[in-house]
Amino acid sequence: MSDYTLSEAATALRDGSTSSRELTDAALDRAAKSEAELHAFLTLDHDGARSAAEAADGSFASGRDSGAFQGIPVALKDNLVTRGIATTAASQILAGWVPPYDGTAVVRLKGQGAVVVGKTNLDEFAMGSSTENSAFGPSRNPWDTDRVPGGSSGGSAIAVAVGSAVVGFGSDTGGSIRQPAALCGVVGMKPTYGLVSRYGLIAFASSLDQIGPITRTVEDSVTALEAVAGHDPLDATSYRGDRSGFRDGLEAGVRGLKIGVVRELTGEGFEPDVEAAVRHTVDLLSDAGAEVIEVSIPSVDVSLSAYYLIAPAECSANLARFDGVRYGLRRDGETVEDMMTATRADGFGPEVTRRILLGTYALSAGYYDAFYGQAQKVRTVVLREFEAAYRQVDVLVSATTPTTAFEIGSKTQDPLSMYLSDICTIPSNLTGHPAISVPVGLDRHGLPVGFQIMAPALGEAVLFRVARAVEQAVAFESRPPRLEEWT
Amino acid sequence: MNWEPVIGIEVHVELLTDSKMFCGCRVDFGAAPNTNVCPVCLALPGALPVPNEQAIEWIVQIGLALNCTITRESIFHRKNYFYADLPKNYQISQYDIPVCSGGHLDVEVDGETVRVAINRVHQEEDTGKSIHMGGGGRIHSAEATLLDFNRAGVPLVEIVSEPDIFSPAHARSYAQQLRDVVLSLGVSDARLEEGSMRFDANVSIRPEGDTELGAKVEVKNMNSFRSLERALDFEIIRQTEAVEAGQRIEQETRHWDEEAGRTRAMRSKEGSSDYRYFPEPDLLPIVVSDEWREQIRAKLPELPHQRRARYIELGLEAHAASVLVAGEADVAVLFEEAVGMGADPKQAANWLSGETTAYLRRKETPVDQTGLTAAYLVEITGMLADGKLSATAAKEVLTGVLDREGSPGEVAVARDLIQISDTSAIETAVDAVLASNPEALETLRAGDMKPFGYLVGQVMRATSGKADPKVVNEILRDRASR
Repeated sequence: MSDYTLSEAATALRDGSTSSRELTDAALDRAAKSEAELHAFLTLDHDGARSAAEAADGSFASGRDSGAFQGIPVALKDNLVTRGIATTAASQILAGWVPPYDGTAVVRLKGQGAVVVGKTNLDEFAMGSSTENSAFGPSRNPWDTDRVPGGSSGGSAIAVAVGSAVVGFGSDTGGSIRQPAALCGVVGMKPTYGLVSRYGLIAFASSLDQIGPITRTVEDSVTALEAVAGHDPLDATSYRGDRSGFRDGLEAGVRGLKIGVVRELTGEGFEPDVEAAVRHTVDLLSDAGAEVIEVSIPSVDVSLSAYYLIAPAECSANLARFDGVRYGLRRDGETVEDMMTATRADGFGPEVTRRILLGTYALSAGYYDAFYGQAQKVRTVVLREFEAAYRQVDVLVSATTPTTAFEIGSKTQDPLSMYLSDICTIPSNLTGHPAISVPVGLDRHGLPVGFQIMAPALGEAVLFRVARAVEQAVAFESRPPRLEEWT
Repeated sequence: MNWEPVIGIEVHVELLTDSKMFCGCRVDFGAAPNTNVCPVCLALPGALPVPNEQAIEWIVQIGLALNCTITRESIFHRKNYFYADLPKNYQISQYDIPVCSGGHLDVEVDGETVRVAINRVHQEEDTGKSIHMGGGGRIHSAEATLLDFNRAGVPLVEIVSEPDIFSPAHARSYAQQLRDVVLSLGVSDARLEEGSMRFDANVSIRPEGDTELGAKVEVKNMNSFRSLERALDFEIIRQTEAVEAGQRIEQETRHWDEEAGRTRAMRSKEGSSDYRYFPEPDLLPIVVSDEWREQIRAKLPELPHQRRARYIELGLEAHAASVLVAGEADVAVLFEEAVGMGADPKQAANWLSGETTAYLRRKETPVDQTGLTAAYLVEITGMLADGKLSATAAKEVLTGVLDREGSPGEVAVARDLIQISDTSAIETAVDAVLASNPEALETLRAGDMKPFGYLVGQVMRATSGKADPKVVNEILRDRASR
């Protein structure tokens, strides 16, 4: 029961073959059995989840149906602000902070009857690609607990992979949904920038951040996006237009579509098993009637550099509010400045500190033009190249990550090699375009490989259509080998 | 050598919108501390700003009133600095592309019109307020600092002049007339004592005739027109003496100490900040379409210089017109109403710009909290014209009305101020006075008018000052000519 997809669970709830209370208990039970090894959650809200589940069951009993999420156990990344449930962004600086409000995506999910089982682990303030940077300890990959689950939404990816939640939500600034989804063998989707309100998402890099779902199937991804997308007057960058049609042509297949394989996202640095799985998937798409074209996007290699200037620059300002004055950690000091300095020195971990310093430097007088200004120009070039590519093809594809899950600790001493694990995912954040990762196979170690599909702005429908075709052609049915132990 | 001061002024004006610049919290200066706050203006994690359209409209209005060019697409920047009362530790402000740029304000200085060019008018948000407890209210010796975030996020407009001001008096006139413009638009209460209008000045000196600017000093913390003028006076003398003693003027920020009557250097650190400006990623550009701009222009009220010209056309003295335009908006409203009800504009203006303004200043009260209405003003000027009140009595009646003692008629009766215009009563009084001063009457009849004034005075005394002096004069002249 805990392995239900969203659509299966929704059907079972409506035909009475299960209750939200049963689903929720099963999810909590799965978490209870696996948490000691996986550490997917920072907070499990047993009481809140059970009462939400009972409320959902009550609604079903009285004939009220508030939508696809009614009674569904969901896991929320702990940088999504939840009223009454501690929200820390995996940072000491927010340890114990209980928000007085819900973010917009959370409001929408709760409004549709979703059951929040808990808040999931992440790299501190979503900065990282392994969920090792959590101030409360790393999470572990359910396929191999010596390995990372990816990051920064590692906790949500694990929760969905092992059935501690039916759907997870994460945030994606440079691949933070797609990369852990790939490494944990689930579907992770980053929508077009502005489609989902960022209100209540603890900001990392405002112009890149986007909330998105982690699910077991492509169809669930569509349903989950439908639940949270839509204009929000509380987010000035929220998209005002129509948000329907994500599902259009979902089952139409890829016949007649042009699929571009990004040349720069192959070759050096990519594991052979990953490349083989991607090539195989492309062949399946070709067999299914798609026209496959190799496309060159030369700016891909500089997009990483641009990203690692823009994201830290924005984060240096976004994280300035954590100063010990109004909430969270406060250390004593003789003066206000001493207090703030001590608070921030103790409250932020090394990766966050590194990025704040980098960003502060990049924005400083005399360096702005050389760093931040230049990075914004590169960003424009990346956007133009992608837009040009989308005039030739409907979607672009690549591996989601150059490698499968790496061993815990293997890259922590070398931030640059860690940064490289986002090479495939970062361009979509720079352009604001949607992208999705779908599991397409296992490498020689039995670790999942993710296949990334990218589409132009607001191209969610074609993105899901191709993703669904991949899912059908590949028929990835594997489950983490030790899942039985946690059941 | 003669030195010439060159002054540029930055004026901050808090807007009286219903809600704050980037959230829905109320703008209400009297509220209990930290009651008008929300996740956005407290910078709780996850909160995002959404711009206040009313504030944008008002800043465009200010720009249009100051003859600025309105930028079609302007952007917000983040101005980064750490300060306990700045919740996000960055201020959302405008940097290289402000909403309004390149305008001017024509300022009256000693009867002359001098044009001050405006560099820009831009939008930003206010900070919270720190209250330092103990240690004399200063941060370094305080035992604790309390923070009130009610003001955090209140829309703030910064109006930056070009260095086009060449004397402290000129600076003062500019500031006053800028305030009049803001008040006429109704976008701010522009109260200096409450900080809803504040000044910073950039001052440098140069040899007269030079065109290059000297090293500029920024002077902060002037909270009245008087302190603005005093601070500039002090700073110009300080700089002149320093230069003449062979010293170099440091580019720095100085603080005006009102009590000591001098400027003081602030910590050098505070002067040389690197704000690390960059475009605010949480906000889209502000787009002011031509159509919107013209709609806003159509809504512009009559501006002070236009109103002044109209008052002069009504027959007012230039001075009275200026006082009415510059004074409280409600006083001008009273004037307009009284004139509409038939009062003589000159008379009404004189009573308002003279006695009434003096009264309001003395009592520090707004006119709408006195008993004076337009109808009463019409009544007073009418009684004066009809000879029912002497000029002196009218002043007393006005004071009584302002003090809420009743209508002018009631006050005049209660204080026994109604002038005797009844000729027969005055004739009786005149004759009685003449009867007891036969020599004086003889002198008059001989054609020597010397005792005339004395006799008038005696009649006034006999009538306790209520006789209409005009009538007394007429009757006396009549008796003298017999």
